[in-house]
Amino acid sequence: MSTAASRPLTSLGELASKRQDSTDVDTPCKIDVEKLNFYYGDKRALQDISIRIKPNLVTAFIGPSGCGKSTFLRTLNRMNDIIPGTHADGKILIDNVDIYTSGMDVVQLRRRVGMVFQKSNPFPKSIFENIAYGLRINGMAGSKSELTARVEESLKQAALWDEVKDRMHESALALSGGQQQRLCIARALAVRPEILLMDEPASALDPIATQRIEELVYDLKKTYTIVIVTHNMQQAARVSDHTAFFWLGRLVEYDRTEKIFTAPAEKLTEDYVTGRFG
Amino acid sequence: MSTAPFAIGADPPARRLAWRRFADVAFQVVALVVLLVALASLAALIWDIVADGAGRLSLDFITSFPSRRASQAGIWPALIGSVFIILVTAVLAVPVGVAAAIYLEEYGGRSLGARLIELNITNLAAVPSIIYGLLGLGLFVRMLGMGRSVLAGASTLALLVLPVVILSTREALRAVPGSLREGSYALGATKWQTIWHQVLPVAFPGILTGLILALSRAIGETAPLIIAGAVTFATFAPDSIWSPFTVLPIQIFNWVSRPQVDFHANAAAGILVLVLLLLSMNGVAIWLRDRHTKKGAA
Repeated sequence: MSTAASRPLTSLGELASKRQDSTDVDTPCKIDVEKLNFYYGDKRALQDISIRIKPNLVTAFIGPSGCGKSTFLRTLNRMNDIIPGTHADGKILIDNVDIYTSGMDVVQLRRRVGMVFQKSNPFPKSIFENIAYGLRINGMAGSKSELTARVEESLKQAALWDEVKDRMHESALALSGGQQQRLCIARALAVRPEILLMDEPASALDPIATQRIEELVYDLKKTYTIVIVTHNMQQAARVSDHTAFFWLGRLVEYDRTEKIFTAPAEKLTEDYVTGRFG
Repeated sequence: MSTAPFAIGADPPARRLAWRRFADVAFQVVALVVLLVALASLAALIWDIVADGAGRLSLDFITSFPSRRASQAGIWPALIGSVFIILVTAVLAVPVGVAAAIYLEEYGGRSLGARLIELNITNLAAVPSIIYGLLGLGLFVRMLGMGRSVLAGASTLALLVLPVVILSTREALRAVPGSLREGSYALGATKWQTIWHQVLPVAFPGILTGLILALSRAIGETAPLIIAGAVTFATFAPDSIWSPFTVLPIQIFNWVSRPQVDFHANAAAGILVLVLLLLSMNGVAIWLRDRHTKKGAA
């Protein structure tokens, strides 16, 4: 793997990843993005993004609407593939394997890189079936008892088990907004991903439901590498270890979260985190 | 600013407010009148048929064969023919139409070819049914040697309803929220798993509605079946897909064209049977749809 230091510095994003590398260059990284560009048709939505995301930490993406943070998140499990007319160049290495090579099995990739969406999207089926679906389609549960056990385990991981254990066969749509979102997290965890991508998972929830999600994120990082997009800067400060600030399709700054919020290196970052724009 | 700004909390000008309220009520009244006109014509039609035909409607009428004597004539061959034809039409058109719609909507993309196909299907849905009758006569009856059989007639009707099935199924698939597909893909589902387990169950009620509309159209068709070889005086009920057949609309047409008034009463009774058949088809569809919706929500 080439280090950022050996490449010429051509963009803000490069600068940012250089700085990050210089702080903890020896720790292994889970996701290594090199000079990623992403296009919707002719429009370039991401410009020369380079970032190294560490395992078992929470990395937050912040930035104003339309800055590309969600688009970038969706390149990490190639979710953007289903939008016609998009393409990417550059490299995204997960465990040193480039996920944008033609030989990559996208279906397998998405099993390893789970995703939780901004608007909770439970399937219009029972609570049990919502969790069991991923296990079934991936052939991950050999027997009925194994399936039941893994559904229960996933719901416990998502701190939802106690609330739903007596109504497993009721519709998932009857749950509250916060419960639905935790169900979607449980659903993603059931297929045992290594990375969990969360696209503004609490933006539609009330403060109490938001707090539960944040506590959950904190617990889950022991097991998973978590990348979370958020509009809420307090949330980024509370839950994340590293924070990346995006602006106009570029990665402006990427560093430890307390550094971003207390002593950012870039004027733009400082203006954003102190609420002067965005 | 050209007009004076309103003070905060001030009402808008009274004259405009009165006009807005009037327009609000007026539209409601107009809509109600239009609805009543439509309902009244339907009620008149049904009343007329019931008045003419209800007296003839009996178990004997339903289970008897056509006869030269109006009082002994029944519609058994036509009723069985209609039910048989519709079943075979559904068996032929539904899988092909739904599969074609899935391909066009989920796999076809937005290429020039796909758009050309779409335009053609929309056009085909508007082609007069008699043209399909001619196609059925040439293709199924003669070229493929099916003769004047249930299979030939049903194949003709299947072609006729195929564009409607495809269009309505596509609409139903399009109405499935993208977030559901994304949720499925994000778990590592393949495209087919996503379509089969998530998209189709949600689209099912919409697809069913489209199918019933299409089959309701088919059950009332007369012209293409006359051309494609339905018999107009059947003294036997079809017992296989190779049998000759007749259908309710043809039997009704046959009776209406007789000079005797008694046969006209038979025709009215026949129309009642056709309407009841349509109603029960729709009823089954609604029952299936509700059952499915409840299952999805439960």
